[in-house]
Amino acid sequence: MTTQTQDNIIVFDKVNKWYGNNFHVLRDIDLNVRRGERIVICGPSGSGKSTLIRCINRLEEHQEGRLVVDGTELSDDVKAIDKIRKEVGMVFQQFNLFPHLTVLENLTLSPMYVGKVPKKEAEEKAMVQLKRVRIAEQADKYPLQLSGGQQQRVAIARALCLTPKIMLFDEPTSALDPEMIKEVLDVMVAMADQGITMICVTHEMGFAKAVADRVIFMDQGQIVEQNTPNEFFNNPQTDRSKDFLSKILGH
Amino acid sequence: MAVAPRTPPKKRDWSWRSQAFRGLLYQVIAVLLIGGVVWWLASNTAENMRIRGIKSGFDFLTQPAGFDIGESLFSFDSNNPYWKAFLVGIGNTLRVAIIGIILTTILGTMVGVGRFSRNGLVRGICYGYVELFRNVPVLLQLLMWYLIFTELLPDISEAKNIGPVFLSKGGLTYPGPVWESGHLWILGGLIAGAAAAWAYRRWATTQFEATGKLRSMFWVPLIIVLLAGAAGWVAGGMPNQWQIPTKGEFAIEGGSSLTPEFLAVLFGLVLYTAAFVAEVVRSGIQSVPRGQSEAAQALGLAKGQEMQKVLLPQALRVIIPPMTNQYLNLTKNSSLAVAIGYPDVVSISNTALNQTGRAVECIAIIMLVYLTTSLSTSFFMNWYNSKSAIKER
Repeated sequence: MTTQTQDNIIVFDKVNKWYGNNFHVLRDIDLNVRRGERIVICGPSGSGKSTLIRCINRLEEHQEGRLVVDGTELSDDVKAIDKIRKEVGMVFQQFNLFPHLTVLENLTLSPMYVGKVPKKEAEEKAMVQLKRVRIAEQADKYPLQLSGGQQQRVAIARALCLTPKIMLFDEPTSALDPEMIKEVLDVMVAMADQGITMICVTHEMGFAKAVADRVIFMDQGQIVEQNTPNEFFNNPQTDRSKDFLSKILGH
Repeated sequence: MAVAPRTPPKKRDWSWRSQAFRGLLYQVIAVLLIGGVVWWLASNTAENMRIRGIKSGFDFLTQPAGFDIGESLFSFDSNNPYWKAFLVGIGNTLRVAIIGIILTTILGTMVGVGRFSRNGLVRGICYGYVELFRNVPVLLQLLMWYLIFTELLPDISEAKNIGPVFLSKGGLTYPGPVWESGHLWILGGLIAGAAAAWAYRRWATTQFEATGKLRSMFWVPLIIVLLAGAAGWVAGGMPNQWQIPTKGEFAIEGGSSLTPEFLAVLFGLVLYTAAFVAEVVRSGIQSVPRGQSEAAQALGLAKGQEMQKVLLPQALRVIIPPMTNQYLNLTKNSSLAVAIGYPDVVSISNTALNQTGRAVECIAIIMLVYLTTSLSTSFFMNWYNSKSAIKER
């Protein structure tokens, strides 16, 4: 049991969450994520996928059950939240870059003010990450001067600057043109080989097949089905997932 | 094969149906209309004034004013010329406007940020404040404060005091230093301290960038300035003569004082305008997309850092233009001071107008004063706005 909990970097134990008093958005979520595991979460809109991963860095708070991230239980404890946010990087659907700062300043803000890293070192590290997402030549531009795909790659680099153990992706390609989707997915595939724990909400089934260890299908706040990508796409077990797959793979 | 860079062709089509021609035509018509109206008004006024034998011109400015002014930034008596009386009025207007703008910004920002508080009571108070003060006409509020200061406060002979600070119908009287040359040293000390504090902040920033260790950027510089001021005071021979007000038989004697008129105008304008400024600040912060706040939190920034580094810099560009409006409103509303007898530039112009009959000239002076102050505020704020704009292309 103890070895198992140590291996699991994220543990959801009967987690429940409501929006307001009536909307039960997460129902009895039980989920263990192994260290280094790559998970893709899919499901219809409104099924609670985004809420689930936003609970992991406490952008949303759960109201019932236990949620342990890297040995720290998430509660109302401010220190615990600070600690976890340093270990969890997040990439958003709308990029959420800071438009008043240059690309480089976007990347160094948190390392300097949260990580207490000297500016020069923070900038060197930032340039390494920018090279990794192949956008180093844009370091001095402002985010809104870049294309959507470039912005999302900057956002990925920004999240990586804190050298997180876990990366959360909340529909990272949903706001992009088809051409740009590829450049972002390429960066994510390259990242997947480096042993970082990744949880990705996406409908990019090609990406799921290529990198995911496990696909989780959610509907109405519950985890309905989970399986390896091959099994899930070729042999879905429930009617709900069959129906969902027929819609997204239909054309 | 180098391709010569092509520039867009010059578009000049002056046919009757072209947009360029129509645009020019409308501009010419507009200029002619405005010019005509101005000429008609001016010639009509001049004609009427000639028929009624009204003298015009600004020569009256050098004649003795012949009236006293209740409060002034510098000494003034009834033998001084009109232009000096106007200067007193302008000084009084600027005094209310500048102090008012500073206090309004502080109070308004606090109330505006307070509406995002997690504390329900603070939120409620801020909400109630805004709704109460912005929905009552400002003239009424000035009269209310004047009433409070002149009716509800005790008579001068029964002035309430906390130590040497007296509060009564005569206003607020407090000890003022007896000015002597030694005080200049304090000023010199403060200036030197400000320079030292600036140098310290630069040093602290380079230290932060070099080592990542964040030092106090507010308290330490503040202490440096205060210590330098104190050192200047010592160097100036420690002048410690104070004019302490004492309760005389008919008046509070000595000390410095703020009149009830000044206090009423200041309170009224600040509390009224701050309600609007609070709404400006609130809408500015709300205009920053939620995702910005979420990204800052996901990166582990503390609440204060999130506000200072992410939200406020972006809110500012939305806040500045409506904030300029509120500053201009406050400056212009200070002309309502005439209703409670505060000798601002409008009040003094009115007196001058009644005595000399130079209506056009006096109104022109008022308009010029407000136009100048408003335009300079506006220019400064526009410059500040373009400086803090976000680069997009």
